[in-house]
Amino acid sequence: MAFSNSRATTYNDKIVRQFAVMTVVWGVVGMLVGVIIAAQLAWPELNLGISFLSYGRLRPLHTNAVIFAFGGCGLFATSYYVVQRTCQVRIFSDGLAAFTFWGWQLVILLAAVSLPLGFTTGKEYAELEWPIDILITVIWVSYAIVFFGTVGTRKVKHIYVANWFFGAFILAVALLHLVNSAEIPAGAMKSYSAYAGVQDAMVQWWYGHNAVGFFLTAGFLGMMYYFIPKQAGRPVYSYRLSIVHFWALIFTYMWAGPHHLHYTALPDWTQSVGMVFSLILLAPSWGGMINGIMTLSGAWHKLRDDPILRFLIVSLSFYGMSTFEGPMMSIKTVNALSHYTDWTVGHVHSGALGWVGLVTMGSMYYLIPKLFGQKQMYSVKAIEVHFYTATIGIVLDIAAREIAGVMQGLMWRSINADGILTYTFVESVKASFPFYVLRLLGGLLYLGGMIVMYGTPS
Amino acid sequence: MDVLYLLVPLSVVLVFFIIGGVWWAIHRGQFDDIEQEGERILKD
Repeated sequence: MAFSNSRATTYNDKIVRQFAVMTVVWGVVGMLVGVIIAAQLAWPELNLGISFLSYGRLRPLHTNAVIFAFGGCGLFATSYYVVQRTCQVRIFSDGLAAFTFWGWQLVILLAAVSLPLGFTTGKEYAELEWPIDILITVIWVSYAIVFFGTVGTRKVKHIYVANWFFGAFILAVALLHLVNSAEIPAGAMKSYSAYAGVQDAMVQWWYGHNAVGFFLTAGFLGMMYYFIPKQAGRPVYSYRLSIVHFWALIFTYMWAGPHHLHYTALPDWTQSVGMVFSLILLAPSWGGMINGIMTLSGAWHKLRDDPILRFLIVSLSFYGMSTFEGPMMSIKTVNALSHYTDWTVGHVHSGALGWVGLVTMGSMYYLIPKLFGQKQMYSVKAIEVHFYTATIGIVLDIAAREIAGVMQGLMWRSINADGILTYTFVESVKASFPFYVLRLLGGLLYLGGMIVMYGTPS
Repeated sequence: MDVLYLLVPLSVVLVFFIIGGVWWAIHRGQFDDIEQEGERILKD
């Protein structure tokens, strides 16, 4: 791979290239596993009677692969690229950066082996067992040293806002991982959580919600604040607002976790605190969304013929939708209907496919040609195709889940005049069948788009 | 709910870090000439 620009010799683009390529590879793998388990929901026999392929083991593999492998590699790639450009200095330590790459790939492989084998802590988005947790900690500390070392040795006085978001993401994830993964080993691949009962649930969702807030939001907002202005060729709409957005968002997210535990053994006041902070979160979230979208103010025509910009802007509209839906779902009365149904899963996928997925793909389409010394991707038409298949896929997927979710919620709470439940649980499963098929179709389209991306050389 | 004696102080400490971060940024002149910072990334 020959470098075509002089900058490439001063910045470490090798590490960015490695992570960028793996982002696409793991994207295909993680989404494929998602499609397989979506098919299993509709036709359970598709697990072929093999324990390794059963839904319960493949589901954590899917979530880990798309969040930490696809999303994680995307964050590594973009943060390493952005921090070098905006600080105008080469990455702090090439060796340590290379270690984060190989180490992170090793973690992903260990997850891909251990989860189907049934090794799990049973904690959502933190299923990996203790030896892997320790490896993650070592890699994450190295990542922090590389990132903050680069910021510390910067040649520009000002720290660009994207770096604040990346920095907060790195520090918060370190803290979350350490607290939530506290566990007592009971064998090579078995451990017990340091917390018990509802205490464990609270720690788990303090972690879970902040994983959404800092991994899936703050990190990708860092991406957004760099790649949208770059692709649009215009500075962010209001730099001032981006600063307010940052501090308000990171302050508020930390308190919203209890909304995952409405109507449980968690004390009522804790649930209410979680709900109130979730509602407040709407303000900074929408401030950021509007700031990103308004960057195009006066240049809306660019959306007409730039599919990369369309990826980025549509991702923000999904961000806006899910950050509106989230606070609404945290309201206890709404949650009474939505919780434990497919509505929640639909909400997650609106954020994951719509926001995280599209903003990553848009950033990669900007990044990959530059990393390989090309002007643009080999085929702009292919980006166009990817954009439409992905968007239609998301809409089908979310609509199917949310309709199914509301239906399930209504069926479960429906009571006859004599006080007996109107429907048995299995009746709600049966009624969900067509929606399971529809969501499989949506997932197939989304995966199809990703395969187009994989097949398009830069 | 003993775990709240861990999580709440932890989150409060975090808030202090956040306040410290804002304080540092303001007093180190991070926000002195803020709108031109958005333009700068477009130049490289």
